Amino acid sequence: MKHKEPLIYISKRESLPWQKSWMIRGIAIMLALVFCGVITMLLTKLNPIEVFSTLFYGAFGTPRKCWVTGQKLAILLGISLAITPAFKMRFWNIGAEGQVLIGCLACAACMITLGNKVSNGLLILISLAASLAAGAIWGFLPAFFKARWETNETLFTLMMNYIAMQLAAYFIIVWEVPKGSGTVGVINDQTEAGWLPMIGGKRYLLIILLIALLTVVMYIYLQYSKHGYEISVVGESRRTASYAGIKVDRVIIRTMVLSGAICGLMGFLLVSGNDHTLTTTLVEGRGFTAVMVSWLAKFNPIFMVFTSLLLVVMKLGATEISSTFGLNDSFADILTGIILFFIIGSDFFTTYQIRFRRPHDKRTAKAEPLQPIPQSEPQKEVQ
Amino acid sequence: MKKFLALALALVMVLALGACGKKQESKFKVGFITLHDENSTYDLNFINAAKAACEKLGVDYVIKTNIPEGQECYETACDMAEDGCKVVFADSFGHEPYMIQAAKEYPDVQFCHSTGTRAHTEGLANYHNAFASIYEGRYLAGVAAGMKLQELVNAGATPKIGYVGAFTYAEVISGYTSFFLGVRSIVPEATMEVTFTGSWYNEAAEKEAANKLIQNGCVLISQHADSFGAPTACETAGVPNVSYNGSTKDVAPNTYIISSRINWEPYYEYVIKAVQDGKKMDADWTGTIATGSVELTDLNTAVAAPGTQEAIDKAMAELKAGTLHVFDTAKFTVDGKALTTYKADVDTDAEYTPDTEVISDGYFHESEYRSAPYFDLDIDGITLLDRNYG
Repeated sequence: MKHKEPLIYISKRESLPWQKSWMIRGIAIMLALVFCGVITMLLTKLNPIEVFSTLFYGAFGTPRKCWVTGQKLAILLGISLAITPAFKMRFWNIGAEGQVLIGCLACAACMITLGNKVSNGLLILISLAASLAAGAIWGFLPAFFKARWETNETLFTLMMNYIAMQLAAYFIIVWEVPKGSGTVGVINDQTEAGWLPMIGGKRYLLIILLIALLTVVMYIYLQYSKHGYEISVVGESRRTASYAGIKVDRVIIRTMVLSGAICGLMGFLLVSGNDHTLTTTLVEGRGFTAVMVSWLAKFNPIFMVFTSLLLVVMKLGATEISSTFGLNDSFADILTGIILFFIIGSDFFTTYQIRFRRPHDKRTAKAEPLQPIPQSEPQKEVQ
Repeated sequence: MKKFLALALALVMVLALGACGKKQESKFKVGFITLHDENSTYDLNFINAAKAACEKLGVDYVIKTNIPEGQECYETACDMAEDGCKVVFADSFGHEPYMIQAAKEYPDVQFCHSTGTRAHTEGLANYHNAFASIYEGRYLAGVAAGMKLQELVNAGATPKIGYVGAFTYAEVISGYTSFFLGVRSIVPEATMEVTFTGSWYNEAAEKEAANKLIQNGCVLISQHADSFGAPTACETAGVPNVSYNGSTKDVAPNTYIISSRINWEPYYEYVIKAVQDGKKMDADWTGTIATGSVELTDLNTAVAAPGTQEAIDKAMAELKAGTLHVFDTAKFTVDGKALTTYKADVDTDAEYTPDTEVISDGYFHESEYRSAPYFDLDIDGITLLDRNYG
């Protein structure tokens, strides 16, 4: 039977030098930007330079915008760091949204009920402890059920999001001011009790520094600690892990408690350090975006700085474009979607290589091992 | 690799160049912050007024939609101030503390917040509140609803109507009470059931709430929530309805009667002109029928009872002449008794304590001591099905 050579070969790459894989990603981002530019041009009839300068201006145009970018980067990065240990362990925790929100709720509860009863420093400590504990519980429950009864963690953590949201909605109505308005308002507006202090007159500097520290700590924890190693092994294969004497259940629970507690910390930072209020949408879906950040960075905390920066800049820039040129807010989502599509798509090219049929070098093609194995030698397949 | 680096460098340079090249417009610029976008009737009403006012006065404007009631509102307001906006408007109650925060930081920019309550006590020269005497518009819409209800009663229906509210605070209470009093001016035996969704915008909940009221036997529905949920449910069930924030005739052509709304255009024009001329403006501004701020839109004659327009015109004339007061204490009772005195919470303080006597000359003076509504009494004839949002 005459074998016809396929037009396109797709084969898994052995491994790719890091320069090359980053170049592929770089090209993907470029292409995405060009594509975004074309779409924007078609819709707004503006020249691409103006579109991109607006995008850039939205994220870095003024010192204030830079600070906002930094703050948004810190929050998104922090939540991404929080979910990373669990994801590295292949524990599909999509409950970061709820874990952060429950931390927000715990922090708000302390600030509202203990407002002027304890000193400011003590209040901050109590709020922090409460937020960490609340987040940890939200992480512990799905992990415990998974370890004990093999429940599905994806569904479990997702459900926990709704519980957190309903609890927040309930307490917003308990604490609302004025009665019936459905808003909590700024907590301790006059006294600023329980608010994280500003350092150097910069509103977001403290949060940014804390997250920078957290990034380094998380990097060391995952790369160089015994815990980090155990997480990797459990992620690779649970059987291998338990054969090697790792107590898998304990690692799962411990890691999820840690993950949840860091989410709780982010909730604390959001309420005490940033918004000073409680709404059900305070986390703004960043618990889900964090999954993308972590995944794109291959669970490496240092790379996550760049992936979260990219997403934050795109979001701010695209929002600036849509408001400057009077487009609907959904336009920002379209641009972000395009960028993500290209970046995630570029993963394909770093994992696989593509080769087209070249009619002139048939002989070399024949020699390649990609040819289907002839049917007369079935035993080779078994080997 | 080198090529890639060169390309990246070139792109960065182009971007940097573009960023520097962004020119500072010298034209007068105004910023608008809205909680949701055009899909919410409430925000759409603001957005339309913003565009109309700015285009009429020939000033530049920027609108930022979907700004939550949190730190982002503060950041957006400051951003607008830094980008050269002379005035920044925000449209949602929960934006207020963040607007005040921004106002303190940018004393040269005017911050105007609709529906807020704190400007008249905050003492900031550049922070302002505004609202309109929409209770008069609600009353007139209630008259139109009353005419329809009378028609239904004549055909054998029970005079019970329903109302879908968002939250249980003064703005909503004042709204449904004035609507109900408008209905009662035509059908004195009318009663009303009210249910709350606990959200300004939740299409599914509003639809469900309207359906619940219809099942309870309400023959006419009105609402104070911002989606098309309630009108759509009414259209499906064939129940006449009165909407808010603008006409919903498109989604309910066979049941929509009329809508009342606040027209923000006069306020926006007032503020922009005042800032352009360097004039001082009110800390707390109340629009009225006379300023063109309170409007009825789009009477659907195919659904409304005959004579509705005449009935509205008559009531409107009496309101304008001051011979008719919506919250006339002779027209309603609380726990079976007529009111002679009531202290309302007008000046916002931490505990929200009642501080101002608002009943005199035989009526409740709504929106006179401050623009945002403060009528929060439960009057007889209205049954609240829930207070804690379903």
